[in-house]
Amino acid sequence: MAEFANLTLETAGRHVWRVRPAADQLVALARAVKEEGGQLIALWGSDDRPLGAGYGLHAAFMTSLGMLWATVALAVEDPAHADLAAVFPQAGRMQRATHDLLGIRAEGAEDTRKWLRHGAWPANAFPLRKDYAAATVNEPDAYAFVRVEGDGPHEIPVGPIHAGTIEPGHFRFTIIGDRVLRLEERLGYTHKGTEKRFEGMDLATGARLAGRVSGDSHVAYAWAYCMAVEQAVGAEVPERAVWLRALFLEMERVANHLGDLGYLGNDVALAFGFNQFWKWKEDWLRLTARMFGHRYLFDSVVPGGIAVDLADDGYDLNRMTRRLDDEVAQLKRIYDEHATLQDRFANTGIVKPDMAARLGLTGLAGRASAQAWDARMQFPQPPYDRLAVNMATQRKGDVLARAEVRFAEVFESLRLIRDILKHLPGGAVRAELPAVAAVREGLGWVEGWRGEVVVAVRISADGRLDRVHPHDPSWQNWPLLEVGILGNIVPDFPLINKSFNLSYSGQDL
Amino acid sequence: MATHLILQKILKTGRLSEPAPAADPAMRTREQELQAEILKVFGQAVAIRCVDAGSCNGCELEIHALNSPQYNIEGLGVKFAASPRHVDVLLVTGPVSRNLETALRRTYDATPEPKWVVAMGDCGCTGGMFGESYASCGKVSNVIPVDVEVPGCPPTPTALLQGILAAVSGGH
Ligand code: SF4
Repeated sequence: MAEFANLTLETAGRHVWRVRPAADQLVALARAVKEEGGQLIALWGSDDRPLGAGYGLHAAFMTSLGMLWATVALAVEDPAHADLAAVFPQAGRMQRATHDLLGIRAEGAEDTRKWLRHGAWPANAFPLRKDYAAATVNEPDAYAFVRVEGDGPHEIPVGPIHAGTIEPGHFRFTIIGDRVLRLEERLGYTHKGTEKRFEGMDLATGARLAGRVSGDSHVAYAWAYCMAVEQAVGAEVPERAVWLRALFLEMERVANHLGDLGYLGNDVALAFGFNQFWKWKEDWLRLTARMFGHRYLFDSVVPGGIAVDLADDGYDLNRMTRRLDDEVAQLKRIYDEHATLQDRFANTGIVKPDMAARLGLTGLAGRASAQAWDARMQFPQPPYDRLAVNMATQRKGDVLARAEVRFAEVFESLRLIRDILKHLPGGAVRAELPAVAAVREGLGWVEGWRGEVVVAVRISADGRLDRVHPHDPSWQNWPLLEVGILGNIVPDFPLINKSFNLSYSGQDL
Repeated sequence: MATHLILQKILKTGRLSEPAPAADPAMRTREQELQAEILKVFGQAVAIRCVDAGSCNGCELEIHALNSPQYNIEGLGVKFAASPRHVDVLLVTGPVSRNLETALRRTYDATPEPKWVVAMGDCGCTGGMFGESYASCGKVSNVIPVDVEVPGCPPTPTALLQGILAAVSGGH
């Protein structure tokens, strides 16, 4: 396209492209991505002053080519860029967070309320600036919720501390009768300074922290981080390690999906479903611990490879996948035939495909609303280029559709695990990383169980981390929960919420 | 018919509960003055309120796992409750984020005496990988008094159960 004639596309990994548009080209680029059916995945900033520049604004777009990582150079004084939320609404909260942390403004944005900053640091101080030195404060957290006027509606505020064992967040329902007219989320409560914590860390410790951005997606994050680091420094990862990373990722997917399927049963008063699925999840976790030393595979993915090898031929795991095929099929039959469950699942919490496309719904929830993206299939990193993943999709976008996608993905992951065990190459599982003596950047991208996890990394010339931005798919999906609940009854909120099962920690950072 | 299949499955599955682990007094951080009457009031039952004060959600995975049939916690008298006003034990995870500091204090204040606080996970015990920062207060005991610390990242359900039992058994 003529308007982008000055831009060059550098490869930045497999299916990852880097482009550096001028500030006034960013919106046009976003529009071009949108027109060809792409999406905005992530948006973040960086303080580039130590590199002799100003600030950087980064956007990762999903395109037909793969991931397009656009970086725009911004001024030192009052860094600002044109609003992207007008093109991709999912940019809104990410822009607000970028402002809270770096003081980079989105000019012309409709919503400029704070997001991750509640009242713990001053409004004019930005923690991800390298010279941040503000004292902590304890300001009253005045937040302007959108008000619905009129006689009929009333408000129910819920949280941040919830009644069950779930992460903290605030939900403000406006209801008429028992129907939800509006839901506004307020997140950021678990913001614990994760991105700042990466600064100055060595690369190996960084992998451990990356895996703790959202513990339920430990492998996805650790792998995406390591992929970014390995890309940045030009490391070759042994083939066996790459295959075992995929094994870990599929094991993580199975564990989470089993747990969710159990909870979905529980939320419609089918305690039987909970007990069955959680019996199997627990057995699965115990087997994982026996094989690899940790129930959730924490710290098993490290820069250059993996930390724990498969000791045998995986006979027990293979046998367990066959047993689960059978057990989950039996449980699926029960869920299929259970009238109350079907009645509660069907037509509840609907996100229609056009709305999903407009707001960027992604991952498993996206696939339940006809957003047919799965990086393992369309843009496979090794070993997925050799595994032929079948994508699960549904069109209805209700709780039932999200349950169906989980069922299909459990079966597919069990099959993939057997496939990986069968074709697992031999050899080393870890390689030394080449030393670096200059600033390097990389981006890693993994299809976790919830959706795509993206990690961008900048390494300083001293070989330590300068900037790490981990991106959780929950960023895009949280706003769609606000849509999915509309017109539903308040008591169905826990069920709908669970059917998305989004991460708070992953978006609060 | 679903009911028929469910019954068949329940019968085939049988009992899965495993024997409970013993309390681990080593996890206690302070000696409570635990009078005999209090123990009598509790009997063998204890109600717990979970508070995620900023965790990565890994610790929550293990709290959920504790509800798996294998652990049979309700059979042990351990019950998770929805309100801090109804519990004996607060189970707190995570480094305490500054955005939740006040909420955690309020939850603690709302819990009636006598009460016990179990800090779960390396984050809850020491601040873990997140430590203290502009956004994190670090370990739970920086914010509210803690009776028992259960280390691990995340601690296994068995370790967690040992810690909970240590809190309420008064070391006996
Ligand atoms: S102790 Fe580990 S699992 Fe628990 S919140 Fe901290 S990092 Fe997550």
